[in-house]
Amino acid sequence: MPQSIRHDRRIHPGSGRRRAPDHPKGRQVDPAALAEVQALLGARERRRDLLIEHLHLLQDHYGCLHVRHLAALAEEMRLALVEVYEVASFYAHFDIVMDGETAPPLTVRVCDSLSCALSGGLDLLAQLRNRLGSGVRVVRAPCMGGCDRAPVVAISGVPARSPEEPSPGGVSKGRGVGGHALHEHASLDSVAAAVAAGDTHPAIPAYAGLDAYRAAGGYRLLQSCRAGERAPEQVTDPLEKSGLRGLGGAGFPTELKWRLVRQEPKPRLLAVNGDEGEPGTFKDRYFLETDPHRFLEGMLIAAWAIEASDVYVYLRDEYPQCRVILEREIAALERAGLAGDVRIHLRRGAGAYICGEESAMLESIEGKRGLPRHKPPFPTQVGLFGRPTLCHNVETLYWVRDIVEKGPDWFTGQGRNGRKGLRSFSVSGRVREPGVKLAPAGITARQLIDEFCGGMLPGHVFKGYLPGGASGGILPATKADIPLDFGTLEGEGCFIGSAAIVVLSDRDDMRQVALNLLRFFEDESCGQCTPCRVGTEKAVRLMAAPNWDESLLAELARVMTDASICGLGQAAMNPVKMVLKHFRNEVLAPGQESGGLR
Amino acid sequence: MTEPIRFFLDGEEVEAQPGETIWQVATRCGIEIPHLCWLPKPGYRADGNCRACMVEIEGERVLAASCVRKPAPGMKVRTASERARFSRRMVFELLLTDQPARAVAHDPGSRFWHWVDKLDVADGRFPRRPQPAPDRSHPAMAVQLDACIECTLCVRACREVQVNDVIGMQGRNWHEKIVFDFDDPMGTSTCVACGECVQACPTGALMPASLVDENGVYANAPDRTVDSVCPYCGVGCQLTYQIRDDHIVAVAGREGPANLNRLCVKGRFGFDYVHHPDRLTEPLIRKDGASKHDIDIDPANPYTHFRKASWEEALDRAAAGLRRIRDEHGKRALAGFGSAKGSNEEAYLFQKLVRTGFGSNNVDHCTRLCHASSVAALMEGIGSGAVTAPFTAAGDADVIIIIGARPTENHPVAATFFKQATKRGAKLIVMDPRGQVMARYATHMLRFNPGRDVALLNALLHTIVEEGLTDRQYVQAHTEDFDRLREHVRDYSPEAMAGICGIDAATLREVARLYARAEAAIIFWGMGISQHVHGTDNARCLIALALVTGQIGRPGTGLHPLRGQNNVQGASDAGLIPMVYPDYMAVDDPAVRARFEALWGTELDSERGLTVVEIMDAIHAGAIRGMYIMGENPAMSDPDVSHAREALAKLEHLVVQDLFLTETAKYADVVLPASAWPEKDGTVTNTNRQVQLGRTALPMPGNARHDWWIIQEIARRIGLPWSYTHPRDVFAEMKLAMPSLNGITWERLERESSVTYPCDSEEEPGHDIVFGEGFPTPSGRGRLVPAAIVPPAEEPDEDYPMVLTTGRQLEHWHTGAMTRRANVLDALEPEAVASLAPAELRRLGIAPGARIRVATRRGAIELTARSDSAVAPGMVFIPFCYAEAAANILTNPQLDPWGKIPEFKYCAARVEPIAAQAAAE
Repeated sequence: MPQSIRHDRRIHPGSGRRRAPDHPKGRQVDPAALAEVQALLGARERRRDLLIEHLHLLQDHYGCLHVRHLAALAEEMRLALVEVYEVASFYAHFDIVMDGETAPPLTVRVCDSLSCALSGGLDLLAQLRNRLGSGVRVVRAPCMGGCDRAPVVAISGVPARSPEEPSPGGVSKGRGVGGHALHEHASLDSVAAAVAAGDTHPAIPAYAGLDAYRAAGGYRLLQSCRAGERAPEQVTDPLEKSGLRGLGGAGFPTELKWRLVRQEPKPRLLAVNGDEGEPGTFKDRYFLETDPHRFLEGMLIAAWAIEASDVYVYLRDEYPQCRVILEREIAALERAGLAGDVRIHLRRGAGAYICGEESAMLESIEGKRGLPRHKPPFPTQVGLFGRPTLCHNVETLYWVRDIVEKGPDWFTGQGRNGRKGLRSFSVSGRVREPGVKLAPAGITARQLIDEFCGGMLPGHVFKGYLPGGASGGILPATKADIPLDFGTLEGEGCFIGSAAIVVLSDRDDMRQVALNLLRFFEDESCGQCTPCRVGTEKAVRLMAAPNWDESLLAELARVMTDASICGLGQAAMNPVKMVLKHFRNEVLAPGQESGGLR
Repeated sequence: MTEPIRFFLDGEEVEAQPGETIWQVATRCGIEIPHLCWLPKPGYRADGNCRACMVEIEGERVLAASCVRKPAPGMKVRTASERARFSRRMVFELLLTDQPARAVAHDPGSRFWHWVDKLDVADGRFPRRPQPAPDRSHPAMAVQLDACIECTLCVRACREVQVNDVIGMQGRNWHEKIVFDFDDPMGTSTCVACGECVQACPTGALMPASLVDENGVYANAPDRTVDSVCPYCGVGCQLTYQIRDDHIVAVAGREGPANLNRLCVKGRFGFDYVHHPDRLTEPLIRKDGASKHDIDIDPANPYTHFRKASWEEALDRAAAGLRRIRDEHGKRALAGFGSAKGSNEEAYLFQKLVRTGFGSNNVDHCTRLCHASSVAALMEGIGSGAVTAPFTAAGDADVIIIIGARPTENHPVAATFFKQATKRGAKLIVMDPRGQVMARYATHMLRFNPGRDVALLNALLHTIVEEGLTDRQYVQAHTEDFDRLREHVRDYSPEAMAGICGIDAATLREVARLYARAEAAIIFWGMGISQHVHGTDNARCLIALALVTGQIGRPGTGLHPLRGQNNVQGASDAGLIPMVYPDYMAVDDPAVRARFEALWGTELDSERGLTVVEIMDAIHAGAIRGMYIMGENPAMSDPDVSHAREALAKLEHLVVQDLFLTETAKYADVVLPASAWPEKDGTVTNTNRQVQLGRTALPMPGNARHDWWIIQEIARRIGLPWSYTHPRDVFAEMKLAMPSLNGITWERLERESSVTYPCDSEEEPGHDIVFGEGFPTPSGRGRLVPAAIVPPAEEPDEDYPMVLTTGRQLEHWHTGAMTRRANVLDALEPEAVASLAPAELRRLGIAPGARIRVATRRGAIELTARSDSAVAPGMVFIPFCYAEAAANILTNPQLDPWGKIPEFKYCAARVEPIAAQAAAE
């Protein structure tokens, strides 16, 4: 019997053990925070798919996401608290600050992905923590697409100064645009100086603006398409003949994808994947930073071909300078009437590699956590907002104009070793001249290094290479004479993917290389499916052992490859498989080395 | 698309229906495929994330999750290949690695362990992850995420099935975590404790707190289960009691037509009132000389005012008192209150006792206090007081209107269907002076001025008529008096009404168009419509809306007053109403009366009896001197309850039959300890007209007795020769009196658990949706009855400047006799609160949580202030379940002239702070 009862227990049936809460269940919205959120959002629509955009507004303005604002945002957008929170907590660039916590004034993100790690990124991370002290938050971060200028650091803070218009044709600072400053070739001193200067705004590189692009014949093809001077087939035929394939990494024939979407009922949508996150890859960045309109024209031609009403450009948040360029140039082409009836929506990622997977990207554009979808149905049938959607990588669209104007033969004529076409290789690591290398498809790694990259760095001996970023596997130097193209590496258990070539040398420890890559996958796994979520975590733990448990890793690799939902989990164990195949002595005990991966 | 798909499953050619998944076809073919994140239950979407159900498809690079993958023609699927089995096993091994050891598992009988056994997976060989700390902040549920496999069934349970939107997934990768709101402790989150997540969890990471010990280890394993129906609201959720040593230890949802396995906090966690030490276990007789004017009696110790008695003595005393008054003062000197919480059989017996034993029609029950006005309007308009469609019809509606109802609090499981409908794309229009959870799902939230329903609704009717949005064919074929309505609503333009109802004209017009133009639109309403002096008028307007637009009698359309109590529909059907016999047959119709006189073998009173509030007045007037009250608590539930309590104290003889020494029982001369719902067999009828069977799950405590037996013993002692042996005998007799029970038999209910009436035959299901072809009125047409604006009976003034409105809370049932004795519910809402707008509290200088005094012309109560932005400034909301601050001390007993329902929803009140020292006492 309940004994500890208050006086009035005698007349009421309650136990009187507790006091009633003084408010309804759960967090209540703070009216002041609601007013702040309303002021910040202004007249912007409160649509659910804009959630990530609105979170960016808060993050940019306050330098973090205070939970009082998240609750207010939920109220304002008529979402449940958890719908806002789970999205905010999924993306690495959102910093949720709980009640009573304070936001750091400045955050320094140090890239620890492979190319930067090879260039001393990890030491820099450790040293910056000491050097910058507690007033600055120093955290690790995955690849920022500056692999050819490693190590790379991003500095972000609260924008305190007034916006300054960036301009084409000259390097300027994109102030007030949110995001961060990318510091390349970073050193302890250079970062400390930038932090001291409060240099948190992206540097806008020189690029060809609308006028320059038009002066060189730009947008004539688009206009001729729109004017009816060209039938869609006159665009798609050259594309088909050129053999252009999806350059985000999957290599799906471009023309076929357009055809599939065109078969579906309208309204159809185009979603551009600018979430170039594969470690070692920076080609899309290169094209956006140099010739954005060539991409935009390709995009609008694709939209015209599939009769898309809306185009969504999903750009990774690691490229704030590209966002400034695109914002500016999309506005310019809209002003010039070149967008036609197509509504162009620029959407900002928020730090999640998985959103480079096309269906995860669609989820993210819809304002959700970036979880890949099950296929089928494919996005061509059921894509963005449930509509038939053409998903394309930036670079794929970049080539559309040139292929149509110059003809497919121009493209196919450029190949080597029996392969056809051009590829943009992102080369980083132990070469003398890293960077984006526009080279013939089918070129070998050795040719690429020797002919395009000035050879190996002095004092480094070519030991191996990653042919396709973190997920494409690892090959030894003895396998450096294989043509690099779609379909040529699969026999080796590798693939070219986004053509991110990371070159390794005799100074590199393959155990550390594999562990670096697995840690990346472990962190970037969306967590949705068991094999990938648990598998990457277990793999990292197993790989930390002095000697790898080869059979257990092999079993783990098998379930991850066979049963993961998307390519991340399916490919995550490629580094492990390849190291066990080609660099066994570096990870196994002396007696254990014979045999090999089944 | 509708052609079956032929494909090969383990070498056999099989057929899949369109939409069927490989898992479903395999299961149909007797092939067992493991599954964790896939829960083959209504409302659960396959998510394909756990990868426990992988199969191999010829020609595909990787395996496929059979729970989400649909077969294609000619596809060759191998469920048992080495490759598929290897992956499935590895998935289990990976998950097993991080599970708590089975010996200390939260639920060693979980679906996870079931499959681990089946697949014979030994221990995990992988290094273990660090584990999160348990969260035991919630009184009802234990959150122990060390067993979590991130399958998101709880997320889907919370967001897609119950649509409470509390649970989500924080972060990503293996650090991802199931969270409540902003990773808040479950106990301080917005969780409404429906427990759907617990029911869905395949590992025991979420468990009923009653089934784990203080270390989180499984405990109190049930030794048997009994299928029954929930004892609380009119939704009528089917459930399964889990019982150990004759105690209910947990409750699970069952797949009833109204709940599809879902429950709410009351149904799932509010069961232990039956085991409360306050239960009456012996008959009690009031001590000689014990005052009836001192009701300060501890229900746990009634012996200050009562003494134990044998059943013989108590029944003799109870019956003798009733008999004496009847014989000395006439038949109409007695009255009886039955209960909407009892079974149909009990209600039938009780009204039969009053009509044939007491000799008058002075029998009523709490329907008078909830939907009497709705029923009056419905009987007048369409000839039937019941709903025209079940609430699940919302699933077929394009437009849903909810007015004067707060389903997430009062009909939580019905609300899940409404919320799901909005997720499917239905437009929801909520009309309520108070804000509410449903507003988040609504396309239109009309927070109109309290008490101005008729102005609002007539403006909608005006728009529909004026803009030609009526369904002319329907109006012509199926209604009468349209011209009168058209004339009447002419003066109620939205522009003229906007100032009165507080909703701008454009919105009123938009809503009217939306409703009228919808393919299928349905209206739900609750006490906010009925509990007014103009309650019947309010309902008349709603009926007119449906009739003039033809939004009735088709799938996705209709009129649905959400019935409050588990058996308010059934008790009314069974005749627990002073004007009508069972099946609403008028007592003042001679032909009807002759039929019942023949059936019951006795002469019956030709006059209508008195209603609940009228009976109290009649006691004061000396006309009624004795009462038998079964399961009702008018000392809490009547308006101006001080007046009602004085009446009860004035009675010469009061017999109360209940589970506890309720506030009403404290005035009794004889108290008879009754049976709780899980202790008896009986049928109940929910708001959807679904007659459902409750089954005995527990023995009665002490000397408590079945209610039907007690009624019969009283009946016998006042001269009725009754000899029922079981409720099924009563049900059989009811079928003779009630055509509505056609096609429904006790045996059928034992078999099917639920049958909807009307029902054409024992072989067919009942009719969910009625009145497709006219109405059971004399003309066969629906009658349009115009309603004029009647102001609330008591408007705010200088002395009482605020509007008091009363109602219920999610956790508490009516007068709190049961729910305040349920540990979880008591922990969640432990004391009386008055909710006011934050701005209003500031204006009054009252801090949230402070003690306040709320006064009206009837009286004053003291309670705790709650800051709630859903309450409009100028209003105060008080739930009526708290005896220590009974809201009905304050309410206005003015009645609606047709329904005789009091105006619980509106009276003038004053709120003031209480000095701190006074509050501390």
